[in-house]
Amino acid sequence: MSNVKPGKFLGYTLAAFATGLLFGAGLTISEMVNPEKILSFLDVFGAWNPALIFVMLGALLVTIPGFQLLQRHDQPFFALRNLLPDKTLVDKKLLTGAVLFGIGWGMVGLCPGPALTALVTLNPDVFVFVAAVIAGMSVQKFFAN
Amino acid sequence: MMQDIIWALLGGILIGLAATLLLMLNGRIAGISGILSGVFFQTKGDVFWRVAFIAGMLAGGILGPVVFARPFVSELNATLPMILGGGFLVGFGTRLGSGCTSGHSVCGIARFSWRSISATITFIVSAMITVAVIRHLF
Repeated sequence: MSNVKPGKFLGYTLAAFATGLLFGAGLTISEMVNPEKILSFLDVFGAWNPALIFVMLGALLVTIPGFQLLQRHDQPFFALRNLLPDKTLVDKKLLTGAVLFGIGWGMVGLCPGPALTALVTLNPDVFVFVAAVIAGMSVQKFFAN
Repeated sequence: MMQDIIWALLGGILIGLAATLLLMLNGRIAGISGILSGVFFQTKGDVFWRVAFIAGMLAGGILGPVVFARPFVSELNATLPMILGGGFLVGFGTRLGSGCTSGHSVCGIARFSWRSISATITFIVSAMITVAVIRHLF
Protein backbone atom coordinates (compact mmCIF):
# COMPACT_ATOMS: atom_id res chain seq x y z
CA MET A 1 0.00 0.00 0.00
CA SER A 2 1.28 3.38 -0.88
CA ASN A 3 0.52 6.45 1.18
CA VAL A 4 1.62 8.86 -1.56
CA LYS A 5 -0.98 11.38 -2.78
CA PRO A 6 -1.82 10.77 -6.45
CA GLY A 7 0.56 12.75 -8.68
CA LYS A 8 2.89 13.63 -5.78
CA PHE A 9 5.44 10.86 -6.18
CA LEU A 10 8.27 13.22 -7.17
CA GLY A 11 7.60 15.60 -4.28
CA TYR A 12 7.37 12.68 -1.85
CA THR A 13 10.68 11.25 -3.06
CA LEU A 14 12.48 14.61 -3.06
CA ALA A 15 11.16 15.37 0.43
CA ALA A 16 12.56 12.04 1.62
CA PHE A 17 15.94 12.83 0.08
CA ALA A 18 16.06 16.40 1.46
CA THR A 19 15.06 15.40 4.99
CA GLY A 20 17.57 12.53 4.87
CA LEU A 21 20.21 15.07 3.91
CA LEU A 22 19.38 17.33 6.86
CA PHE A 23 19.37 14.29 9.13
CA GLY A 24 22.77 13.07 7.92
CA ALA A 25 24.25 16.57 8.20
CA GLY A 26 22.95 16.85 11.76
CA LEU A 27 24.46 13.47 12.70
CA THR A 28 27.89 14.42 11.35
CA ILE A 29 28.22 17.97 12.72
CA SER A 30 27.13 16.74 16.17
CA GLU A 31 29.71 13.91 15.87
CA MET A 32 27.12 11.21 16.54
CA VAL A 33 28.97 9.35 13.79
CA ASN A 34 32.08 9.13 15.97
CA PRO A 35 31.85 6.01 18.16
CA GLU A 36 34.41 7.48 20.56
CA LYS A 37 32.04 10.39 21.37
CA ILE A 38 29.11 8.03 21.87
CA LEU A 39 31.10 5.68 24.09
CA SER A 40 32.40 8.58 26.18
CA PHE A 41 28.75 9.56 26.82
CA LEU A 42 27.87 5.97 27.74
CA ASP A 43 30.96 5.62 29.95
CA VAL A 44 29.50 7.01 33.17
CA PHE A 45 32.38 5.58 35.23
CA GLY A 46 35.05 7.10 32.96
CA ALA A 47 35.69 10.59 31.57
CA TRP A 48 31.99 11.24 31.02
CA ASN A 49 31.11 13.55 28.11
CA PRO A 50 27.48 14.72 28.23
CA ALA A 51 27.40 16.06 24.62
CA LEU A 52 24.97 13.38 23.38
CA ILE A 53 22.26 14.65 25.75
CA PHE A 54 22.42 17.97 23.94
CA VAL A 55 21.93 16.30 20.56
CA MET A 56 18.74 14.75 21.89
CA LEU A 57 17.76 18.02 23.56
CA GLY A 58 18.32 20.04 20.37
CA ALA A 59 16.25 17.55 18.38
CA LEU A 60 13.40 17.47 20.92
CA LEU A 61 13.35 21.27 21.02
CA VAL A 62 12.10 21.08 17.43
CA THR A 63 10.21 17.76 17.38
CA ILE A 64 8.09 18.24 20.52
CA PRO A 65 6.23 21.34 19.28
CA GLY A 66 6.36 20.07 15.67
CA PHE A 67 4.97 16.60 16.36
CA GLN A 68 2.37 17.82 18.86
CA LEU A 69 1.01 20.15 16.20
CA LEU A 70 1.33 17.78 13.24
CA GLN A 71 -0.24 14.74 14.87
CA ARG A 72 -3.40 16.77 15.45
CA HIS A 73 -3.22 18.32 11.99
CA ASP A 74 -3.18 15.17 9.87
CA GLN A 75 -2.58 16.73 6.42
CA PRO A 76 0.91 15.90 5.12
CA PHE A 77 1.77 17.76 1.88
CA PHE A 78 2.62 14.78 -0.29
CA ALA A 79 0.86 11.93 1.52
CA LEU A 80 -2.72 10.88 2.17
CA ARG A 81 -2.32 10.79 5.94
CA ASN A 82 0.17 10.49 8.79
CA LEU A 83 1.41 6.94 9.36
CA LEU A 84 2.07 6.84 13.11
CA PRO A 85 2.73 3.81 15.31
CA ASP A 86 -0.50 2.66 16.95
CA LYS A 87 0.89 0.43 19.72
CA THR A 88 0.59 1.86 23.22
CA LEU A 89 1.47 -1.07 25.49
CA VAL A 90 4.93 -1.28 27.06
CA ASP A 91 5.50 -5.03 26.61
CA LYS A 92 8.25 -7.61 26.97
CA LYS A 93 9.13 -7.48 23.26
CA LEU A 94 9.75 -3.72 23.39
CA LEU A 95 11.93 -3.90 26.49
CA THR A 96 13.86 -7.02 25.42
CA GLY A 97 14.56 -5.40 22.06
CA ALA A 98 15.74 -2.20 23.77
CA VAL A 99 18.07 -4.16 26.09
CA LEU A 100 19.63 -6.06 23.13
CA PHE A 101 19.97 -2.88 21.07
CA GLY A 102 21.64 -1.18 24.04
CA ILE A 103 24.19 -3.99 24.37
CA GLY A 104 25.11 -3.75 20.67
CA TRP A 105 25.23 0.05 20.83
CA GLY A 106 27.52 -0.10 23.86
CA MET A 107 29.79 -2.69 22.25
CA VAL A 108 30.55 -0.60 19.16
CA GLY A 109 29.26 2.94 19.74
CA LEU A 110 27.14 3.14 16.60
CA CYS A 111 23.36 3.09 16.19
CA PRO A 112 21.64 2.66 12.81
CA GLY A 113 21.48 6.32 11.67
CA PRO A 114 25.11 7.26 12.32
CA ALA A 115 26.23 3.88 10.93
CA LEU A 116 24.53 4.55 7.59
CA THR A 117 25.88 8.09 7.35
CA ALA A 118 29.38 6.92 8.34
CA LEU A 119 29.43 4.70 5.23
CA VAL A 120 30.66 7.78 3.34
CA THR A 121 33.96 7.60 5.23
CA LEU A 122 34.52 4.31 3.32
CA ASN A 123 35.81 2.76 6.54
CA PRO A 124 35.51 -1.04 5.95
CA ASP A 125 34.58 -1.55 9.63
CA VAL A 126 31.44 0.54 9.10
CA PHE A 127 30.43 -1.62 6.11
CA VAL A 128 30.87 -4.77 8.21
CA PHE A 129 28.79 -3.20 10.99
CA VAL A 130 25.94 -2.19 8.65
CA ALA A 131 25.94 -5.67 7.07
CA ALA A 132 25.68 -7.19 10.56
CA VAL A 133 22.79 -4.83 11.41
CA ILE A 134 20.91 -5.96 8.30
CA ALA A 135 21.65 -9.61 9.17
CA GLY A 136 20.23 -9.05 12.67
CA MET A 137 17.11 -7.46 11.19
CA SER A 138 16.67 -10.41 8.82
CA VAL A 139 16.97 -12.99 11.59
CA GLN A 140 14.45 -11.07 13.73
CA LYS A 141 12.09 -10.92 10.74
CA PHE A 142 12.53 -14.66 10.17
CA PHE A 143 11.62 -15.50 13.78
CA ALA A 144 8.70 -13.08 13.78
CA ASN A 145 7.08 -14.88 10.84
CA MET B 1 33.68 20.68 26.10
CA MET B 2 31.59 23.87 25.57
CA GLN B 3 32.41 23.67 21.86
CA ASP B 4 31.19 20.04 21.83
CA ILE B 5 27.92 21.02 23.45
CA ILE B 6 27.20 23.82 20.96
CA TRP B 7 27.80 21.51 17.97
CA ALA B 8 25.71 18.82 19.65
CA LEU B 9 22.80 21.25 20.07
CA LEU B 10 23.12 22.54 16.51
CA GLY B 11 23.32 19.02 15.05
CA GLY B 12 20.37 17.98 17.21
CA ILE B 13 18.30 20.91 15.90
CA LEU B 14 19.04 19.83 12.30
CA ILE B 15 18.01 16.24 13.15
CA GLY B 16 14.81 17.51 14.78
CA LEU B 17 14.08 19.72 11.80
CA ALA B 18 14.56 16.76 9.45
CA ALA B 19 12.20 14.54 11.48
CA THR B 20 9.55 17.28 11.73
CA LEU B 21 9.72 18.03 7.99
CA LEU B 22 9.43 14.34 7.09
CA LEU B 23 6.21 14.14 9.14
CA MET B 24 4.90 17.44 7.74
CA LEU B 25 5.62 16.56 4.10
CA ASN B 26 5.25 12.77 3.93
CA GLY B 27 3.43 11.85 7.15
CA ARG B 28 6.29 9.54 8.10
CA ILE B 29 8.30 8.89 11.25
CA ALA B 30 12.07 9.34 10.81
CA GLY B 31 13.01 6.07 12.46
CA ILE B 32 16.20 4.94 10.80
CA SER B 33 16.06 1.26 11.79
CA GLY B 34 12.50 1.08 10.44
CA ILE B 35 13.39 2.94 7.25
CA LEU B 36 16.39 0.65 6.64
CA SER B 37 14.57 -2.59 7.42
CA GLY B 38 11.72 -1.49 5.14
CA VAL B 39 14.10 -1.37 2.19
CA PHE B 40 14.42 -5.15 2.45
CA PHE B 41 11.12 -6.25 3.99
CA GLN B 42 8.38 -4.01 2.72
CA THR B 43 5.53 -4.27 0.26
CA LYS B 44 5.99 -2.80 -3.21
CA GLY B 45 5.30 0.91 -3.58
CA ASP B 46 6.73 1.78 -0.18
CA VAL B 47 10.42 1.20 -0.80
CA PHE B 48 11.60 4.02 -3.07
CA TRP B 49 11.27 6.88 -0.55
CA ARG B 50 13.32 4.85 1.94
CA VAL B 51 16.17 4.52 -0.55
CA ALA B 52 15.89 8.27 -1.28
CA PHE B 53 16.04 9.07 2.45
CA ILE B 54 19.14 6.90 2.97
CA ALA B 55 20.79 8.42 -0.13
CA GLY B 56 20.04 11.82 1.44
CA MET B 57 21.69 10.70 4.69
CA LEU B 58 24.84 9.84 2.78
CA ALA B 59 24.75 13.16 0.90
CA GLY B 60 24.29 14.94 4.25
CA GLY B 61 27.29 13.07 5.60
CA ILE B 62 29.37 14.58 2.82
CA LEU B 63 27.81 18.07 2.75
CA GLY B 64 27.43 18.61 6.52
CA PRO B 65 31.14 18.54 7.38
CA VAL B 66 31.98 20.61 4.28
CA VAL B 67 29.40 23.35 4.87
CA PHE B 68 30.07 23.59 8.62
CA ALA B 69 33.82 22.89 8.36
CA ARG B 70 33.53 19.97 10.77
CA PRO B 71 35.72 16.86 11.00
CA PHE B 72 34.20 13.52 10.04
CA VAL B 73 35.80 10.87 12.20
CA SER B 74 34.32 7.40 12.45
CA GLU B 75 36.95 5.03 13.84
CA LEU B 76 35.59 1.85 15.36
CA ASN B 77 37.67 0.90 18.34
CA ALA B 78 36.42 -2.70 18.42
CA THR B 79 37.53 -6.14 17.29
CA LEU B 80 35.87 -7.82 14.30
CA PRO B 81 33.81 -10.23 16.43
CA MET B 82 32.58 -7.27 18.48
CA ILE B 83 31.63 -5.31 15.36
CA LEU B 84 29.77 -8.33 13.98
CA GLY B 85 28.10 -9.20 17.27
CA GLY B 86 27.30 -5.57 18.12
CA GLY B 87 25.84 -4.92 14.66
CA PHE B 88 23.74 -8.09 14.85
CA LEU B 89 22.32 -7.09 18.25
CA VAL B 90 21.58 -3.56 17.01
CA GLY B 91 19.68 -4.95 14.01
CA PHE B 92 17.84 -7.68 15.95
CA GLY B 93 17.11 -5.47 18.96
CA THR B 94 15.85 -2.44 17.08
CA ARG B 95 13.35 -4.55 15.12
CA LEU B 96 12.18 -6.51 18.16
CA GLY B 97 11.90 -3.23 20.09
CA SER B 98 10.23 -1.30 17.23
CA GLY B 99 12.91 1.39 16.90
CA CYS B 100 16.25 2.93 17.72
CA THR B 101 17.56 6.28 18.88
CA SER B 102 15.84 8.22 16.09
CA GLY B 103 12.40 6.58 16.07
CA HIS B 104 12.06 6.31 19.85
CA SER B 105 14.20 9.13 21.28
CA VAL B 106 13.66 11.87 18.68
CA CYS B 107 10.19 11.10 17.29
CA GLY B 108 8.48 8.88 19.89
CA ILE B 109 9.30 11.06 22.88
CA ALA B 110 7.98 14.07 20.92
CA ARG B 111 4.66 12.20 20.53
CA PHE B 112 4.72 11.65 24.32
CA SER B 113 4.66 7.87 23.71
CA TRP B 114 5.21 5.79 26.85
CA ARG B 115 6.63 2.99 24.73
CA SER B 116 9.31 5.29 23.34
CA ILE B 117 10.13 6.86 26.70
CA SER B 118 10.48 3.36 28.24
CA ALA B 119 12.55 2.09 25.30
CA THR B 120 14.88 5.11 25.40
CA ILE B 121 15.59 4.76 29.12
CA THR B 122 16.05 0.99 28.70
CA PHE B 123 18.55 1.11 25.82
CA ILE B 124 20.58 3.96 27.30
CA VAL B 125 20.89 2.14 30.66
CA SER B 126 21.63 -1.15 28.87
CA ALA B 127 24.35 0.53 26.77
CA MET B 128 25.85 2.24 29.84
CA ILE B 129 26.06 -1.09 31.67
CA THR B 130 27.65 -2.69 28.59
CA VAL B 131 30.32 0.02 28.39
CA ALA B 132 30.96 -0.20 32.13
CA VAL B 133 31.45 -3.97 31.86
CA ILE B 134 33.74 -3.75 28.81
CA ARG B 135 35.83 -0.79 29.99
CA HIS B 136 35.98 -1.20 33.74
CA LEU B 137 35.30 -4.84 34.59
CA PHE B 138 37.76 -6.54 32.24
